[in-house]
Amino acid sequence: MPASPEAEALDRLIGFGRELRRRGLAVGTGRIVTFCRAAATLGTLDRTDLYWAARSSLVSRREDLEAFDAAFDQWFRQGVRLELDLPPTEPEAAERAAPDGSVEGPEVVEDRIVAREWRALADEEEAEGEAAIRIVASAAEVLREKSFADLSDEERRRVAHLIRRLAVQVPVRRTRRFRPAPSGPRFDVKRTLRRSLRTHGEPFHRSWRDRASRTRPLVLILDISGSMAPYSRALLQFAFAAMAAGRKVEVFCFGTRLTRVTRTLRTRDPDRAMHEIGRQVADWEGGTRIGESLKALLDGWSQRAALRGAVALVCSDGLERGEPGLLREQMARLRRLVHRVVWVNPLKGSPRYEPLARGMAAALPSIDVFLPGHNLESLEELSRALAD
Amino acid sequence: MGRLPFASVEELQDALAGEHYLADRGLATAIYLAVSLDKPLLLEGEAGVGKTEVAKVLASLLGRDLIRLQCYEGIDASQALYEWNYSKQLIAVRAMQDVTAEAHVQDLFGPEFLVERPLLAAIRAGSKAVLLVDELDRADDEFEAFLLEILSEFAVTIPEIGRVAAEEPPAVIVTSNRTRELHDALKRRCLYHWIDHPALDQEVQIVRARAPDVPEALARDVAAAVNRLRAFDIAKRPGVAETIDWAHAVAFLGVERLDEETAAATIGSVLKDHEDQELAAPRLAEVVGDAGES
Repeated sequence: MPASPEAEALDRLIGFGRELRRRGLAVGTGRIVTFCRAAATLGTLDRTDLYWAARSSLVSRREDLEAFDAAFDQWFRQGVRLELDLPPTEPEAAERAAPDGSVEGPEVVEDRIVAREWRALADEEEAEGEAAIRIVASAAEVLREKSFADLSDEERRRVAHLIRRLAVQVPVRRTRRFRPAPSGPRFDVKRTLRRSLRTHGEPFHRSWRDRASRTRPLVLILDISGSMAPYSRALLQFAFAAMAAGRKVEVFCFGTRLTRVTRTLRTRDPDRAMHEIGRQVADWEGGTRIGESLKALLDGWSQRAALRGAVALVCSDGLERGEPGLLREQMARLRRLVHRVVWVNPLKGSPRYEPLARGMAAALPSIDVFLPGHNLESLEELSRALAD
Repeated sequence: MGRLPFASVEELQDALAGEHYLADRGLATAIYLAVSLDKPLLLEGEAGVGKTEVAKVLASLLGRDLIRLQCYEGIDASQALYEWNYSKQLIAVRAMQDVTAEAHVQDLFGPEFLVERPLLAAIRAGSKAVLLVDELDRADDEFEAFLLEILSEFAVTIPEIGRVAAEEPPAVIVTSNRTRELHDALKRRCLYHWIDHPALDQEVQIVRARAPDVPEALARDVAAAVNRLRAFDIAKRPGVAETIDWAHAVAFLGVERLDEETAAATIGSVLKDHEDQELAAPRLAEVVGDAGES
């Protein structure tokens, strides 16, 4: 390919797409092609045009905008002015964007394949929705009753493994969608008619429809400060089990401030994920500000993460360093937003425990289920409590 | 390609302003590119920043029909694409019971028994329509996959009738409030634009454009007050729609400038969450700013 000014400009654009990818943004060949076409559509571009063309075609998440801006500033630093006198057609840009020969065409096909697979996956998820509770009945009875805080490293590994085998049950809710059912509140005219065609239009067999059920999302809000760390680690394993079971799970950790770790947990290797979270969450050993953290969650994520109608699981000892009034308020807000609030407090494992800590007392009115969750046995109980 | 009757982004921006929609350069560029490249445009942003409005204005600007698909939890293909009119078929079956001819069964699945839903309407209208897929985040992700199939091809095969395909695809605007993350495959299909709350001056202009009966000074007071409210630590930040509502409400009361008393009386048109109202109530003087005194 001759190094015409157009080709050079195009190389610059494609290079920018690759640079974004290098910086960890999800920029595929398809997007780079779109970007080149967008630039070509605008013809003569100043830096502003170029910025908007790139932003609308290469980024699709608000969170990525900051990284995008930084990359853009570096890549197109000088007063750029590109003149693209190219016909804004696909093939050329496509070929250049992907030396391996994949062009727009296959991507469309790929999209369709993705859509199909994805649908199959969703069907599967629904099919297993009614699976029975499987509780691990293992020989490790001792391990079941030992508090997470007293485990040796070896025991911790074994327990982590056992927790991951817990089948986490989440209650179902009725959807608005009706599906064919053996009997139900709604007459299925569609199926009745279809079947009646076989019997000369005589509707012998009547069909019915009923509402489908879907599992509720699970939101874990884990206190990872000092003494709570071993218990929260165990619950992270629990979150892993829930995710593996195909549930919608959101996980947040807090000490003095809130961190969302859902994405990190979504990898295959739980140990690596734990390690990664440890690195991500700066304040493993700091104090606890439950009220503020809940506020951050409700303000920042209630619009984005699946909180509404979910089952929220808070794990904390309730030793609040902040203002108890704020905690009470935020717990009430959480209670109104989600379907059920489950609070796990490992201190409750002690028979003499009473929820006297000011924070705990403030949270108590908004809690539906209050459980210890300090050992494997109580996690099994938790799993059952989540199911009904 | 390039079926947009505007030669540049600026021209489009001016035309949008002519329709009382004040788009910034970024949004105008995104719309321009989406229509020129035949790509759906995915608009995200907080509630009330005017996402849905984009489709309405674009339709009237291009002289096309607006076809709106409002998404909700549990929406499925029969509500989005097409459905047979079963009751009508049932009656028809009854009516032709005496006639034995097979051909009549075919008639049962003729066009007169087909109930057209927004997506099929959009495919049939093709480039004569603007398709608005509103609040896609509310639909289930299975539906999103289904929508992706439609958006990839703009064709659908109805077994009894045959394939319906759009000669040229309609312009497509997809909006999401981000109650959940949309799937990457769908996002890859689309151009993306995040609509922010407008800057103060722009918001004043929007209020003036949308509520011409509100005096300039009052519009500025209200917009400034809403801007201060947004900076507060509240759960539901008011959108542009709320600003316009508030301006209407205040103007209706006949005051010339926004003062603390009027603000207290009408706060319900801008803050719609009880706790937010409680939080703002003692700070209304600060919200109203110096407008009350001058």
